[in-house]
Amino acid sequence: MSASVPAQPDAIDSTFGTVSAFPEPVEGPKIAARNVSVYYGEKRAIEDVSIDIPKSYVTAFIGPSGCGKSTFLRSINRMNDTIPGARVEGQILLDGEDIYRSGMDIVELRARVGMVFQKPNPFPKSIYENIAYGPRIHGMTNSRSELDGIVESSLQRAGLWDEVKDRLSDSGTALSGGQQQRLCIARAIAIDPEVILMDEPCSALDPIATARIEELIDELRGRYAIVIVTHSMQQAARVSQRTAFFHLGRIVEYGTTSDIFTNPREERTKDYITGRYG
Amino acid sequence: MSPAILTLLAFGLSLVGWLVARARARAFRLASPTGRTHSLPGFHAWYVGLWIAVPTLVFVLIWNGVSPVLIRHEVLATPAASSLPAFGFERQSLLSQAHAVATGAARAVFDPAAEAFVIPFRAAIFRYQVIGLVLTIVIAFAGGAHAFLRLRPDFAARTHVERAVMGLLLLASLVAILTTAGIMLSLIFETIRFFRLVSPTDFLLGLHWAPDPMSVGVPDGHQFGAIPLFWGTIYIGAVIAMVVAIPLGLMSAIYLTQYATHQVRSVVKPLLEILAGVPTVVYGYFAALTVAPKIRDFAQAVGINDASTESAMAAGLVMGVMIIPFVSSMADDAIAAVPNDMRNGSLALGATRAETIRRVLIPAALPGIVAGMMLAVSRAIGETMIVVMAAGATANLTVNPFKAMTTVTFQIVAMLTGEGSFDHPATLSAFALGMALFLVTLALNFIALRVVKRYREAYE
Repeated sequence: MSASVPAQPDAIDSTFGTVSAFPEPVEGPKIAARNVSVYYGEKRAIEDVSIDIPKSYVTAFIGPSGCGKSTFLRSINRMNDTIPGARVEGQILLDGEDIYRSGMDIVELRARVGMVFQKPNPFPKSIYENIAYGPRIHGMTNSRSELDGIVESSLQRAGLWDEVKDRLSDSGTALSGGQQQRLCIARAIAIDPEVILMDEPCSALDPIATARIEELIDELRGRYAIVIVTHSMQQAARVSQRTAFFHLGRIVEYGTTSDIFTNPREERTKDYITGRYG
Repeated sequence: MSPAILTLLAFGLSLVGWLVARARARAFRLASPTGRTHSLPGFHAWYVGLWIAVPTLVFVLIWNGVSPVLIRHEVLATPAASSLPAFGFERQSLLSQAHAVATGAARAVFDPAAEAFVIPFRAAIFRYQVIGLVLTIVIAFAGGAHAFLRLRPDFAARTHVERAVMGLLLLASLVAILTTAGIMLSLIFETIRFFRLVSPTDFLLGLHWAPDPMSVGVPDGHQFGAIPLFWGTIYIGAVIAMVVAIPLGLMSAIYLTQYATHQVRSVVKPLLEILAGVPTVVYGYFAALTVAPKIRDFAQAVGINDASTESAMAAGLVMGVMIIPFVSSMADDAIAAVPNDMRNGSLALGATRAETIRRVLIPAALPGIVAGMMLAVSRAIGETMIVVMAAGATANLTVNPFKAMTTVTFQIVAMLTGEGSFDHPATLSAFALGMALFLVTLALNFIALRVVKRYREAYE
């Protein structure tokens, strides 16, 4: 990998331009992590991570494999709870509210913090039913026409409506990989979350589908707080305004994406983004 | 020479060939300038060994069938044979008595008339034993020589031996298939015999089952209506047993795959599988001695006065319990095969575990679960011991589960162990019943396997 990261200079420049034009957020952080450590049994995967994630930006987590970025992402909507032996210490605050406090309703948390996975995972149901799944279990609608409305608007926001509007009853698993991933994004949007977590959402997709998802992320920015884990530094540079560099379970450096990529403070960050390791 | 001795001889000669060939191949190796041969000495050894053993064993097998016929022919060609009855039971009896004495299986003949054949038999047996022995040795040497003469440093013994190994494996896998075909054939012939005596419409559509094994003359087709048996089989095996087994088996599979901790699973799962290993006759006792009386008492307590001690309910309930591990383990596999991503996707949308199971996991695993149920049904309707002990013998066409009922399997046992002669229609009806059962279970298994196969393709 060459020293200059940007593969598409135009896109990067415009993104960076936007970032520098943003004022620092005046409201408090959407998500605030304080001294978070995550253990898998005896093994500590995340060590003492503190980070403020803003509301209207895309935040990227980058770092070499096994650095804990996905683990940290999964602790934001408590998906780590599904792994036997996983344990979280410290505080993660969502709008100032500790999500690990006792009595926290995980169902409500996950309705507010949606997630898109590495591999597209549509349910083996129709496209319509895939989107309607979340609104149904949360009792968000009172009538079929309301549900139809949510399905349509979610698919539209995910940029999939025009491709599937005539075959909503086809199986979601029959779509192409990129369409499946946009279906999963639409599914997450359908329950109107405040935060969307994306765990390497493009790693199973070809470059064209990837570009489409990246466009989509850009369109969704501002409406949702988006946190994306990615292996591709170009992708982080293209879609995010904030970047956190993880290494060996810690955050090495966190700042605006333009700073991280053009003017890193830490030697390790520089080594990683110039491709010296990872 | 008995076949056993000839077989041992074949193996012994084969071992000798094996050793000689290996020694020769080693000599090639030492003599060759590169110190290499095409195949390792072991392959040469096996090549020669197989060329001795296989033809010889095939010969022994054939000889074992042919030589008794030849011996008999020779005995019948002797002058003494003219005194034999021309055909029939007596002729057979005399010959087999003489044969038994000649081989030493019997001390003396019952019928003095047989005495005359003992000497010819002894002579013929001896002659053919010598012929058999000589032929065995000749074939072994011919095979060995054929193989041995082809050994050269560049001989591709490895290829030939590999091919022989493949043939052996193919043969092994054919055994089960050929057995199934054999079962089919034997059932078909006896079934045809039965249907010559009783019309298929009487059998398949008749509502009355009461064959009399002692009846003589033209059989009464109206005694052979199998509908009550089919109904009893379906009611006990596919209705009552499944009402028990499917919910319990499915729920235990869900618990084991989704809720149980690793420790609980590692204890409960083997325990459940032990249930599948309990002999069905033990379930039979349990059904007949413990469950059936309780069910009768219960039925009488709720006002069903004609409840009998043996009941479809007792047999069905216990059979259901017996099938639980079967359903559970199939459902367990099907649910475990649903990608974890699917489950996480649902949980990440804020679905609870129960919602995820009901709305995502079960629908995704449904083909596998359905296939498991079909296999369970096919096992239940083929089950014999429990119904023999607990369901009763009366062919009742009723939906009252507290009445005695009888099943296809029960009647097969009853007809075959009855007092009728073998060619009596009552006895033969067992084969027609067996055929019906065989076809139904075969169809169920076939459909289930097709469903499972299609389902696997969907996730891989």
